[in-house]
Amino acid sequence: MMTFLPEKIGRFFSDIAGIIRFTGLFFRHLFRRPFETREFINQCFRTGYQSLLLISITAIILGLVISLQIRPILADLGAEAWLPNMVFISIVTELGPVIFALLFAGKVGSGIGAELASMRVTDQIDAMEVSATNPFKFLVVTRVSATTFMLPLLVFYGDFLSFIGSFIGLKAYSNISFQLFYSRAFSDFFFSDIFPATIKTLFFGFFIGIISSYTGYYSDKGTEGVGRSANTAVVASSLVIFLIDLIAVQLTELILGI
Amino acid sequence: MDRERILHIENLVKSFDGVTVIRGVSLSLFRGEHLVVLGKSGSGKSVIMKCVVKLMEADSGSIHLFGTDIGSCSEIELAAVRHRTGYLFQEGALYDSMTIRENLLFPSRRNPTLKKLSEKELQDLAEHNLENVGLKEAIDKMPAELSGGMKKRAGLARTLMRSPELIIYDEPTTGLDPFTGEAIIELILKIRETYRTSAIIITHDIKCAELTGDRLLVLSDGTIIGEGPFNELKNHPEERVRLFFR
Ligand SMILES: Nc1ncnc2c1ncn2[C@@H]1O[C@H](COP(=O)(O)OP(=O)(O)OP(=O)(O)O)[C@@H](O)[C@H]1O
Ligand SMILES: [Mg+2]
Repeated sequence: MMTFLPEKIGRFFSDIAGIIRFTGLFFRHLFRRPFETREFINQCFRTGYQSLLLISITAIILGLVISLQIRPILADLGAEAWLPNMVFISIVTELGPVIFALLFAGKVGSGIGAELASMRVTDQIDAMEVSATNPFKFLVVTRVSATTFMLPLLVFYGDFLSFIGSFIGLKAYSNISFQLFYSRAFSDFFFSDIFPATIKTLFFGFFIGIISSYTGYYSDKGTEGVGRSANTAVVASSLVIFLIDLIAVQLTELILGI
Repeated sequence: MDRERILHIENLVKSFDGVTVIRGVSLSLFRGEHLVVLGKSGSGKSVIMKCVVKLMEADSGSIHLFGTDIGSCSEIELAAVRHRTGYLFQEGALYDSMTIRENLLFPSRRNPTLKKLSEKELQDLAEHNLENVGLKEAIDKMPAELSGGMKKRAGLARTLMRSPELIIYDEPTTGLDPFTGEAIIELILKIRETYRTSAIIITHDIKCAELTGDRLLVLSDGTIIGEGPFNELKNHPEERVRLFFR
């Protein structure tokens, strides 16, 4: 259905308000007993399992491609030795978190959106509400905690595979040993590179969880609501990833003065 | 006769996006009674019942369930009242990621009264309830493997776990073939016998209304236009009430 622009803008702001309220609800329920620990662990496994293969393949290709692209440029400048270092820094601080988070949003976020929406549509959430189960705690708190916890781990894992990928890319042209590659990659590598990136991925994971859960939990009735929720979950999460990234870059500069 | 009034709704009004769906509905349910709410599709039957258990908030009017004012009670009081009420959703509302067994056990483990039982006692109770709805052989199936009628039975077994005093049946026979529908009607009567429940049965199925209800309410355009036993309403002086019994 076509909606007029003012109406859309109105909906946009009411959704922002809704997400803020939803986030408040999350923190209120997070520390309240009883904890749904088993479901949290279950969701961690599910999110990891769902996105592992996707992130693995992308990570290796990412490392490989960057290595192949940058090598000739650096070779022209006679700075080929800098390659491992450059590759690693660019992946760890910028490309890895953003790309893996986008994949994660596409796979896990859409899954959460669709799953919660279909539970809403078929009255499953209402059924929990009228029995003694707190659906927000059982469904939302566990999922958001799981995405927040798992994404940083998956990004570390992806970074590592990209590292392998770029080594393979370089190895095709020179016979650099893995040890040398490794020591060069880390030669100029500081805690200040990895720390902001990890904080950033925590936020990525948190907001992917919150936004996807929100779109599913308050889905429109009807089957088309399910599709729309899945779709909105991915689009909105992806936008927010870039937004947080932008803010993170500014903040890191401000705080660390890089 | 002063029977205990377990549900009392007064002047309930509810609208969605400016469209008033329920315009001042009042009704009472007494202990042990089976009340049928008859109305066309979209007349707002489900909306009234969702207001009763506060899945929706009424715009105005008051609802007292087991003496508790639903509009103003605390979360704890609400939980206590919900615990005494079973709600059978239109499509069963089974948790589709869990087996039937888990569907029964999962809410029970979180129930303040039932969680005192041992795991073995809970398992036995689940089997017992499934047996009562004639679904024992499906205990380890997933909801997707069940037919519509079986889903409703499983949903019913799930609410029976907490031995509710009141059961709200939302269209128990809708979407089922006549034979399965009849079996569900028989089941409702059997549950009444065994569990001594009071019930509200929402339906537009005349047969179901006749067989399960002690008293009927006819809902049309958001108001109640007729009330009484089946045979009385069938010969109601007003044409628009009689229309439902054709
Ligand atoms: N969450 C909601 N948001 C907006 N409108 C709603 C909502 N729930 C119900 N309505 C509207 O309220 C009216 C009554 O709905 P309700 O589900 O109570 O009908 P019903 O009598 O139970 O019908 P059925 O026999 O089809 O179940 C419908 O017109 C519906 O569009
Ligand atoms: Mg209905």
